[in-house]
Amino acid sequence: MKIIKTYLDYAATTPVDPRVLKAMLPYFTKKFGNSISLHTFGQEAKKALEKTRLIMAEALNAKNKDEIIFTSSATESNNLAIKGIAFANQNKGKHIIISSIEHSCVLNSSQWLEKQGFKITKIKVDKYGLIDPKEIEKAIRKDTILVSIIHANNEIGTIEPIEEIGKICEKKKVYFHTDAVQSFAKIPIDIQKMKVDLLTASSHKLYGPKGAALLYIKKGTKIEPLIHGGGHEFGLRASTVNVPAIVGFGKAVEICEKEMKKESKRQIKLRNKLINGVLKKIPDSYLNGHPTKRLPNNTNFSFAYVEGESILMDLNSYGIASSTGSACSSEELEPSHVLLACGSRLEQAHGSLRLTIGRWTKEKDINYLLKILPKTIKKLRELSPYVQ
Amino acid sequence: MYNKKVLQHFKSPHNFGKIKNPDGTGKVGNIICGDVMWMYIKIGKNKKEEEIIKDIKFETYGCVAALASSSIVTDLAKGKTIKQAIKINQKQMVESLGGLPPVKIHCSILAVDALLEAIYDYLIKNKKVIFEGLEKHHKRIEREEKIIEEKYKEWTQVDEKINDSKE
Repeated sequence: MKIIKTYLDYAATTPVDPRVLKAMLPYFTKKFGNSISLHTFGQEAKKALEKTRLIMAEALNAKNKDEIIFTSSATESNNLAIKGIAFANQNKGKHIIISSIEHSCVLNSSQWLEKQGFKITKIKVDKYGLIDPKEIEKAIRKDTILVSIIHANNEIGTIEPIEEIGKICEKKKVYFHTDAVQSFAKIPIDIQKMKVDLLTASSHKLYGPKGAALLYIKKGTKIEPLIHGGGHEFGLRASTVNVPAIVGFGKAVEICEKEMKKESKRQIKLRNKLINGVLKKIPDSYLNGHPTKRLPNNTNFSFAYVEGESILMDLNSYGIASSTGSACSSEELEPSHVLLACGSRLEQAHGSLRLTIGRWTKEKDINYLLKILPKTIKKLRELSPYVQ
Repeated sequence: MYNKKVLQHFKSPHNFGKIKNPDGTGKVGNIICGDVMWMYIKIGKNKKEEEIIKDIKFETYGCVAALASSSIVTDLAKGKTIKQAIKINQKQMVESLGGLPPVKIHCSILAVDALLEAIYDYLIKNKKVIFEGLEKHHKRIEREEKIIEEKYKEWTQVDEKINDSKE
């Protein structure tokens, strides 16, 4: 049988769009200046950097382009948002609210703050991974300084009611941060409507290069920098600015914004074909996450009686790239905290598979997957003691 | 991550499935931890009238390392006398696979455990002498099962609660 290389792990990372690469290249060789240098070389780089800041501000509907800070990764942005707000506002209080399905960089930053004397409340989710905004309202205390809720979950793709949560935080005068890594430039985002004070987004999830990300920080927000040095990024993030990567990030966002409507419609169609195909063709298979409040490119399944890493590796032998929440696939040997938070049994989390589509996914890729995956599950079930 | 030999055993495992009316069965692991192995043996005799593992089969729920180690253990044990088979250890098994990633070594322990438990089961059922090492091994597995049950008690209780609320 012919093996066809099929990438279905776009939520992990994406290839750089050739148009993005083309936009970046001059900034490696000809326009290589340091953006804080005063000479022509530096100013050329600075101009590109500020143009990109404007692209981001427009994409988010920020009032001022100087509300955008560039960083090296979403992990860095989330660390800056959470620790930076915590350090700057600890006189007001030491209580932070997050959800139980945050990305590990938000979870672990919060857990680290707990060791420094901060108090963390984790809001529970329902079986679809949805947060009830009322639960956040109830959890806000006098000493609450920050609420951080993921916009769209990276594992199960559930889109949270950010606007409603934003309204509550505004009313209660608590800073509100959202991790929009999976959603930015894929579904519409308007920070004015969402009432967020801080927002994280990353380049490599939207066909830009790795090594560039942003943190939107609303004007007037009290925040401490984590990296001290030469005063770059308005003193909030010292480090020579990675201009080529940020230029690429900007170009990538421009393309995504322009193509969003058409592309998300196309992806939703493919996604639904994938979901319906898997559930129909494979007995004892379940969809994780919400059926409709879901990212256009995300699918996540659990298969009874089989283990996720085995599914992943068998698919890999046919050229298909996927991801799993199984304990055996993780360095910590713990199953996905997101699936467990949704009330999945441990064995469902072990038998989970995430397939995420993207710009270059075609119908034939879905057809290929739908041909291979039922065989994979059937074969592994034949080995499993749980199937009679 | 995995070497070629491990992947070969994973893709085309040897001796998988059930044995009808096995002489001994070894069931180890726990589904909530992510690895379960069931091993079945049939005992026969060689020309010297020594008891041998005439046939062996496995069923495994688990990751690549768990499946590959189940497969190689059946290869190592098949045709061996019981005395030889109980000497099969984890080191020998991992070496036969050409190595495993360090984080995956613990997944492979179960395969040896399952084999030894199947032999123990056969000896007990037939009121035969239990080798000293084997008794110790059986006790250790019993202890570990208890620890796991304890560790995941909260989970099983949660499950019960969910089931209760559905009713």
